[in-house]
Amino acid sequence: MNLILDYYNYWIVVFLMMTGFYIVISANNLVKKVVGLNIFQTSVFMMYISMGKVAGGTAPIVVDDNTLYSNPLPHVLILTAIVVGVATTAVGLSLIIRIKRAYGTVEENEFEHEDDAI
Amino acid sequence: MLEQNLAALPIILPLIAAPLAIILGRTMPIWILATLVSGCASIISLQLLDTVLTTGVISYAVGGWQAPWGIELRIDTANAFVLVAVTAISTLVLLFSKDSIVKEIDCSKHALFYTAHLLCLAGLSGILITGDAFNLFVFLEISSLATYTLVSLARDKRCLTAAFRYLVMGTIGATFILIGVGLLYMKTGTLNMLDLATRIDLYDSSRTINTGLAFIIVGVSIKLALFPLHMWLPPAYTHAPSAVTAFLASTATKVAVYVMVRFIFTIFGASYVFHSMGMETILMLFAIIAIFKCSYTAAMQKNVKSTLAYSSVAQIGYMVLGISLVNVTGLMSGLLHIFNHALMKGALFMAVGAVFYRLGSADISAFKGLGKRMPLTMAAFTLAGLSIIGVPLTVGFISKWYLVTAALEQSHWFIAAAVLGGSLLAVVYIGRILEAAYFQEPDEANVAKISEAPLSMLIPMWILVIANIYFGIDTSFTTEAAQHAAELLFQNGQVMEVKP
Repeated sequence: MNLILDYYNYWIVVFLMMTGFYIVISANNLVKKVVGLNIFQTSVFMMYISMGKVAGGTAPIVVDDNTLYSNPLPHVLILTAIVVGVATTAVGLSLIIRIKRAYGTVEENEFEHEDDAI
Repeated sequence: MLEQNLAALPIILPLIAAPLAIILGRTMPIWILATLVSGCASIISLQLLDTVLTTGVISYAVGGWQAPWGIELRIDTANAFVLVAVTAISTLVLLFSKDSIVKEIDCSKHALFYTAHLLCLAGLSGILITGDAFNLFVFLEISSLATYTLVSLARDKRCLTAAFRYLVMGTIGATFILIGVGLLYMKTGTLNMLDLATRIDLYDSSRTINTGLAFIIVGVSIKLALFPLHMWLPPAYTHAPSAVTAFLASTATKVAVYVMVRFIFTIFGASYVFHSMGMETILMLFAIIAIFKCSYTAAMQKNVKSTLAYSSVAQIGYMVLGISLVNVTGLMSGLLHIFNHALMKGALFMAVGAVFYRLGSADISAFKGLGKRMPLTMAAFTLAGLSIIGVPLTVGFISKWYLVTAALEQSHWFIAAAVLGGSLLAVVYIGRILEAAYFQEPDEANVAKISEAPLSMLIPMWILVIANIYFGIDTSFTTEAAQHAAELLFQNGQVMEVKP
């Protein structure tokens, strides 16, 4: 029981990670694949953010009556990773727009037929 | 001032030039800017390699923040050596691309091509130079995002699906690396590579570190297209514009091989990865399968670019095989092959690009009779092809020679045999193309179109071919640098050579 309660943040992370990963692998629609990719990345962001928490610590802003702070570094790192994630999503979605224009569909099995025909 | 900041320039120059390229707007000035910047970067990296070989490791604190708190740029022989190859190839590809992209990319996208190329170069240089594990991930994504764009620029619509597949696989790979780095940070509280190395030594039996290692190795294996994670590579290389393929095939996956070397030897330490975790068996197995399976698939392809793409996966097999032998000679052959493979694949893809420029096709049937009609291009293709096979007096022979030596040092007879068997398969897939070029008559419809490629394509192609032969005969520069790098990498992780 303790294994579940003590590490609940990691269970959430693992659950999200596997959900996202499964969508990426199984989805046939390209937009759904990008959504899956986003969920997958978000789980990693949560892993970083939750590991920066120090029990009993406050937000890392200097105040007089507190000496225990959470670790801000993982948060900063993940800001960078979020930007990378947004950029990836943007590139992915714009590729989907061009695929839609070129093939007339965003379903993977449909344009794979067309690719094989060329 | 400039002298002090030399270490950061290979990243900074292309990064600044990339947005400038969009502002300039007209193709000709952009091309000059991009080529100049890339040329400067290659001169700087030669200078850096020289400094590293004579005076030792260069450490540069970005923004004046000292490591391990700030981001450190750290240049030793291994990354300076790969950096020279990457920047030199980038310059030659830019020279080549001026005419090549006219046929393969819409005019309106030429500025984007150069911008993405410069961003990709900045990212690759960043991966090589940085001494910080998280920073490495960021540069990896900069180069990857630029790569997806580059692949999707071709006129053929299949490049779009190829780029999308590449994007999905590449992002999964990069996220795996991010997870791995996060797990390491969780346990050690640091991101600086050297700092990580010393602290991982203290914790190396912890489950967190083991999991981190697994995530990082799988993530990097996707990026470097190790069999069976290579499925994104052949379509991307086949449908991308030729200039892009020539650049990516000779740099992007090779930089990923360097990342693997860096993580295994500098951060985790060879004795932990290979002795305690038994990683060498897995890597060796996949490397050998890659060599045979992908060389065989290469021989089955109708499209020459596709053949060469599968051949790239097989060549990556040789590099990983070198790493998995766990001795200095093996690692050295791996590093040497990164450099040498850049020379041969660059030349081969440029030759295919030249054929595409004249005939508008890279199918093997388009190569019929080209031996007489495009003699210089096909001679370049033949010499670079011989280098892939590993014929003496070419660079391919040198790296295979050291690989076989390393295998025999460990008395792995079957690996030496596998390397030779792989070379025989290379004879088949290169031979098929040469047979079409020299012993078959061209199709009637094509005869009128065929003439020798323009000089702007022939010159960079032949520079690479001559380098193929020069470094195959005078091996002192490459082997010394690779040897020095390999020895340093083994010492870096504070472990001595692992004996079986």
